[in-house]
Amino acid sequence: MRMASWLARRVGAAAFLLWVVATVIFIAIRMIPGDPAEAIMGGPGSQASAEALETAREQYHLNEPILVQYVLYLGQLITGDLGTSYAQQRPVAQIMAEMLPATLQLTLISLAIAWLIAFLMAAIAARSSRLGQAMGTVIEVVAAAVPHFWLGAMLIIIFSTWLGWLPAVDTGTVQGIILPALTLAIPLAGFLAQLMRDSLVTAMSSPFALAARARGASEGQVFFRHGFRHAALPALNLTGWAVATSISGAVVVEEVFARPGLGRSLLGAVLSRDMPMVTGIALFSALIYMVVMLLVEAVEAIINPAAARGHDV
Amino acid sequence: MNTPAVEIQNLSVTFTGPDKTRVEAVKNISLTLTRGKALGIVGESGSGKSVTARSLLGLTGGHVTADTLNILGTDATRLTEKQWRAIRGTKVAMILQDALNSLDPLRPIHREIADALPGSRKHRKRAAVEALHAVEMPAPILRADQRSPELSGGMRQRALIAQAMIKNPAVVVADEATTALDTRLTRMVLDQLAELKDRGIAFAMISHDLAQIAQVADDIIVMRHGEIVESGPTKQLLSDPQHDYTKQLLAAIPRGVARFAPLSQVATFDDTTATFENFKDPVDVREPSDISAIEVHGLSKAFGDHAAVFGVSLSVPQGSTLGLVGESGSGKTTTARMILGLERPDQGSVRIFGQHFAPAKESERRDLRDRLGAIYQDPLASFDPRYTTSQILINALSDGTTSRSRQYLKRARELLDLVELNSSLLSRSPRELSGGQRQRLAIARALAPTPDILVLDEPVSALDVSVQATVLDLLDRLQLETRTSYLFITHDLAVVEHMSDRIAVMTQGELVETGTAQQIMHAPSHPYTQQLIAAAPDWNP
Amino acid sequence: MSRTARIFAGLFVGLIFIAALFPSLLAPGDPLAVNPSEAFQTPSLQHPFGTDESGRDVYTRVVHGTADSLTIGLAATALGMGIAILLGVMTAFGPRWIDSMILRLLEVLYAIPALLMALLIIAFTGPGTTPAIIAVGLSTAPGYSRLIRTHLRTLVNSEMFDAATVLGHSRWHKIRNHLIPNTLSTLLALITLGIGQAVIWASALSFLGLGTPPPAPEWGAMLANGRTYLHFAWWLTVFPGAAIVTIAAGATLLGRTATRSRI
Repeated sequence: MRMASWLARRVGAAAFLLWVVATVIFIAIRMIPGDPAEAIMGGPGSQASAEALETAREQYHLNEPILVQYVLYLGQLITGDLGTSYAQQRPVAQIMAEMLPATLQLTLISLAIAWLIAFLMAAIAARSSRLGQAMGTVIEVVAAAVPHFWLGAMLIIIFSTWLGWLPAVDTGTVQGIILPALTLAIPLAGFLAQLMRDSLVTAMSSPFALAARARGASEGQVFFRHGFRHAALPALNLTGWAVATSISGAVVVEEVFARPGLGRSLLGAVLSRDMPMVTGIALFSALIYMVVMLLVEAVEAIINPAAARGHDV
Repeated sequence: MNTPAVEIQNLSVTFTGPDKTRVEAVKNISLTLTRGKALGIVGESGSGKSVTARSLLGLTGGHVTADTLNILGTDATRLTEKQWRAIRGTKVAMILQDALNSLDPLRPIHREIADALPGSRKHRKRAAVEALHAVEMPAPILRADQRSPELSGGMRQRALIAQAMIKNPAVVVADEATTALDTRLTRMVLDQLAELKDRGIAFAMISHDLAQIAQVADDIIVMRHGEIVESGPTKQLLSDPQHDYTKQLLAAIPRGVARFAPLSQVATFDDTTATFENFKDPVDVREPSDISAIEVHGLSKAFGDHAAVFGVSLSVPQGSTLGLVGESGSGKTTTARMILGLERPDQGSVRIFGQHFAPAKESERRDLRDRLGAIYQDPLASFDPRYTTSQILINALSDGTTSRSRQYLKRARELLDLVELNSSLLSRSPRELSGGQRQRLAIARALAPTPDILVLDEPVSALDVSVQATVLDLLDRLQLETRTSYLFITHDLAVVEHMSDRIAVMTQGELVETGTAQQIMHAPSHPYTQQLIAAAPDWNP
Repeated sequence: MSRTARIFAGLFVGLIFIAALFPSLLAPGDPLAVNPSEAFQTPSLQHPFGTDESGRDVYTRVVHGTADSLTIGLAATALGMGIAILLGVMTAFGPRWIDSMILRLLEVLYAIPALLMALLIIAFTGPGTTPAIIAVGLSTAPGYSRLIRTHLRTLVNSEMFDAATVLGHSRWHKIRNHLIPNTLSTLLALITLGIGQAVIWASALSFLGLGTPPPAPEWGAMLANGRTYLHFAWWLTVFPGAAIVTIAAGATLLGRTATRSRI
């Protein structure tokens, strides 16, 4: 019962969020000075043809009263109709469906790499000397502060231009995805390692770790039975957040490595002010955000049921 | 049976600080543990008692030297880490203090209890349930699958005992195993610990509370600053203490000490400037008063569905002390917060010297605020972290208008004098003060507007016994000198008996009984009060 | 903060300030001076960071770009912080319905990643330096709001505040004595962290061609320009990027140290 009501509340909140995002975009388009049809079709500089503008008016019911427009717009969104891309003259949903797998693949691979790097860094740093800890902190901070666009360029210079090991642009092969995935993974690994190390150090010096040692557990056992769980919990939350906001990284990395994907499509849409496309990707990203955060919360509740219950009180 | 289970000669433990400074936490101590006997190690914070306990498991984390460190026939002075692991849990086990983190909050307790056992997972779980059964855990099968945050404090402490006993160790060390518990739970745990002796276990109990140790221990060691100051059989040590420090500790226990009789003997404590001369033989010069300082009617407060306080009525006559006693979660702190006007009551009212105080708008009652002061358990949290001692006092004296003006400096010095603090502390940050000094500073600040009433919420619970004694004596002296009325809130029956004229007992948000201290302590009428009083340790050295 | 750490922090901040306010002290040349005969020079003693496609000295441009990049970062942080402080104060002190309304709003904004929100804003305003500042400022505001709200709430519900209430201190005195001073240090640390982030976001926008346009010596714009020649003129990318990382990592370390030493 509790589970069902929790889920219902969450889904309700998610629907509410999507509605607000959609509404804000609807209002914003109409607040741009000038013809909203022109705004949808790429802004004043786009020199859209009269027919194109008329099609836009038709599609967005711009000739109707504003409230009718709004209701029709929401109705279209609910049925999954995101409109037609002005720049590509194809349904937005179709373009997104084509682009999604590439972005998803990139995100998941980079996530796995980030966890691997972060876990090794945290485990090494948590057990090393003061100097090692300080070095670890600096490495983590620098890794977390490196912007994707520069890191990507650096990796290209080193591994593609100088060493010639890996291609600089997408080739559709396994080699082609290594550099983009690393670019996304390294800053995330920096953040993850910081979080993991903090919780690891706390857990390994807590009373329950002492109790474990007092009943004969080795350091390795204390680490895997206790430390690991406590480090994984906050890292899980951050990972969820990273997936949920992966569109940010995808925009830059797909652009740097000339990879097709949702991010690059979004950037193209913004540059050509292709509003249906921008709206579609924004709504989709918000949806992903809410679904992933919901999943994270559910997994957290499985690992730590007491804390999840605490939210209710 | 007669060979000692553990024998320690001249044990020292040294820690090396971050800047290569060396601290000797334990210096040349010697002790013996015998099967079927309990050794009590008593000491205040920084006495080295916990480090001593951990040296039996090789878990001090410092550098250990000893002439003899014999554990069940094994010379433990040069054991490798691996050899230590074979001893831990199997031969020597430790019962930890119940803190929320003594059991991993992310793991079910059956795994915390039995993960050191060999065998299949199913087998281990069955062993854990049996161990929980042995410590009288209610519904052990259900509880075994839960995690520590889902258990009550008493259940967690039982689980910690079960965890230590799972491999039938010959030696058990209990480190402050009763510290955070309420009166009735303490009784239960003490009974279980006493049982260990009957099973032929060599038992060491570490605590800051001499009265509790005396319930269980056959012999007692008194530690201070890493050294043993006195040791001997329990009876002898209690009835005929030789060392001054032991005498101080004994005198500091408020249990059964008459109202206003001093608990602190001499001003040998580092954190006072007092002479106590005018407080050697205090006379209760107070005259009974008909005026109610605090008058509370039908106070109720609910948080969501949970009724924290329900229908509480009480009154504090001017110049006297009403003790409000209850276990954790009984609603006593919420009651105090409503009386102080920090929480708005759902129902009921508070009157201060006959004038309406709560519920009311802050602007309407500001004048009455000067007559009311408050002291909390953790004084540090109630000070602005950026303020020095003088700024704290000046801020209070000036009604918050300034924290620097020198015109209040004279009054600030007088206040420090009143609470027996040296005025050289004026430029210090409260973080540099000891626990007792901080609480005195909090009292000085509360006295700044010369209030007629002090509401004291667990004012001595975080303090060592000897420091607690000096603070309680100070409160007694202030009451005699200034006729201030006290509402004294605590979970500690001994303290409340010593400090109160009348006592009110709370449980589950309701006030179940009010009476004179004598009545409540010796002829309680409500079943809950009876249980509570029966659970308190016997104490007549 | 330890002594050495403080000296390093001081030197770091000092150097950045000189580069921003008096760039000619460090690099006397003209960042826009074109010299086609010296195009694409590799780093040498004469051109420590090399030259770009028009023969402009990259070192001079990086130093002179400090002011632009930092100004954008500062302005965006000021905008974001300003909004965040306003919302934070309203939630912490206003009536309950305002609190829950703003919380809802923040939840919505949280569902939109910062760069996406920045892109959305620029989709409406069109590219440029000012739109970039607005975009970065607005998109970082929700995060700060939440932090400031939590901080203020903790203070208002603290025993320190209770103690002042019991002493009869007025609301204004409590705010002046305890709230403002104890918030300033937190804000300072947040702002330091925020500037580092804002510099990154703003240069990301420039890099994507949505922020400051070339030939201004703004670091992100320099990177965008260098991308074209990445495969042979690596110095066009390495040095402006290193400047961004230095500022961002330095600000993060500084902010974190300030946060920790305060506790």
